[in-house]
Amino acid sequence: MNLKLRIWRQKNADTPGHFVEHDAPNVTPDMSFLELLDTVNEELTLQGKEPIAFDSDCREGICGMCSLVINGIPHGHIKGTTVCQLHLRHFQDGQTITVEPWRARPFPVIKDLIVDRGAFDRIIQAGGYISVSTGQAIEGNALPIPKDTAELAMDAAACIGCGACVAVCKNASAALFVAAKVSHLALLPQGQRERERRVWHMVKAMDAAGFGSCSNTSACEAVCPKSISVEFIGRMNREYMKSLIKAQFKNT
Amino acid sequence: MNIIKALFQSTIGKKYVMAVTGLLLFGYVILHLLGNLQIYMGPNAINGYGALLHSRPALLWLARVILLAIFLTHVGTAIALTLENWAARPIAYTIGPSPYTTYASRTMFISGVILFCYIVYHVLHLTVGVVQPGIMDFKDQLGRPSIYRMLVAAFSNPWIALSYMVAMGFLYFHLSHGISSFFQSLGLKNRAYSGLILGFALGAALVIFLGFLSIPLTVLTGLVK
Repeated sequence: MNLKLRIWRQKNADTPGHFVEHDAPNVTPDMSFLELLDTVNEELTLQGKEPIAFDSDCREGICGMCSLVINGIPHGHIKGTTVCQLHLRHFQDGQTITVEPWRARPFPVIKDLIVDRGAFDRIIQAGGYISVSTGQAIEGNALPIPKDTAELAMDAAACIGCGACVAVCKNASAALFVAAKVSHLALLPQGQRERERRVWHMVKAMDAAGFGSCSNTSACEAVCPKSISVEFIGRMNREYMKSLIKAQFKNT
Repeated sequence: MNIIKALFQSTIGKKYVMAVTGLLLFGYVILHLLGNLQIYMGPNAINGYGALLHSRPALLWLARVILLAIFLTHVGTAIALTLENWAARPIAYTIGPSPYTTYASRTMFISGVILFCYIVYHVLHLTVGVVQPGIMDFKDQLGRPSIYRMLVAAFSNPWIALSYMVAMGFLYFHLSHGISSFFQSLGLKNRAYSGLILGFALGAALVIFLGFLSIPLTVLTGLVK
């Protein structure tokens, strides 16, 4: 099949970007979208031109590196998938496909389609961890966790931190990402020690990075490659309120 | 951790403010609707209700000041949040918006601005009395201000009736997202209740819309005169 690509090219964060058209002739429907870009890049390299810069790592849908907005939708129009798992059979022969980077002030473009997602790391550093004693991990059966709780925590823990939620949100809000991390750790016994401080500091880091607020449109849930539910945002809002109220009755 | 600072400085705190003031305004809209619907009980009922509200000027003004404070807090917080949200995406996508969202949820700020303008006009029209000055002076047999005749005179003008109905359409839009958003922003929504909350939001918004819509329609068709 033959495809036409309209790709965002940008030298660096300080230079304005623009769209460049690239042809992708003789590609097969079984290729992934990243393999399509690899093919285009091989051709560009042979012609002595600058290849398209894009992020990728595991290429099996679990690392959260790939980050392309394809025809206006982060990770493309197939639900519950990352770009590396999006195949060309979902596109039509001769179609023009527009590819853009994640667009948000906290995610500045490094080059072409690669953005700096360091803002997510700073949110994790602010509270996305648990305190554990060094040494051997405790025996699993010594720490009973109800099955339902473990399942719910796992639903939140499925977040791979790709940033599609920010990319799709009309406000570039990181609410779903932060909610997933806050909920995952608040649900489990290991996360109780920092429970109140965590939500407070992670939300503070989220706001400091310049993400917008949550308008409850639920677009994030629709494009999340792990289909993480917006009900975790409700849980984060609940955690934040509990933390706020409890802090009023402490001496510090 | 200062609670006032937290409420007005963090994004989640501001959403709490939006939710609580939004709920209070929703409550006011219901009271306003119940007041208006007394037009179907005849002039005596609605004029008596109006006289009751005006019987204690101090209480009336206290209620007005509180309502204005709630309203301005809702509007001010909305403006602050919207400016932050716009700043969070300096370069727009070429293709948008996301197909997975409702029109009402994406346009809360626009419907809010339109409602703000309409409410200013509405207060100037039927509280201050500058749009149709004569209608404020109608009196009934007991010498009370005749709200009944005032409403009939106002809605007999098709343009006033039409603009009112359009504004109520925007109110429906705003409430259809706002009511369910209230529960989510305050963390009161979970999987078990989300269907019920969504149904309640749409149902309540629709009942309010139809309730307000019925008055200009019955006046225009001559059922209320």
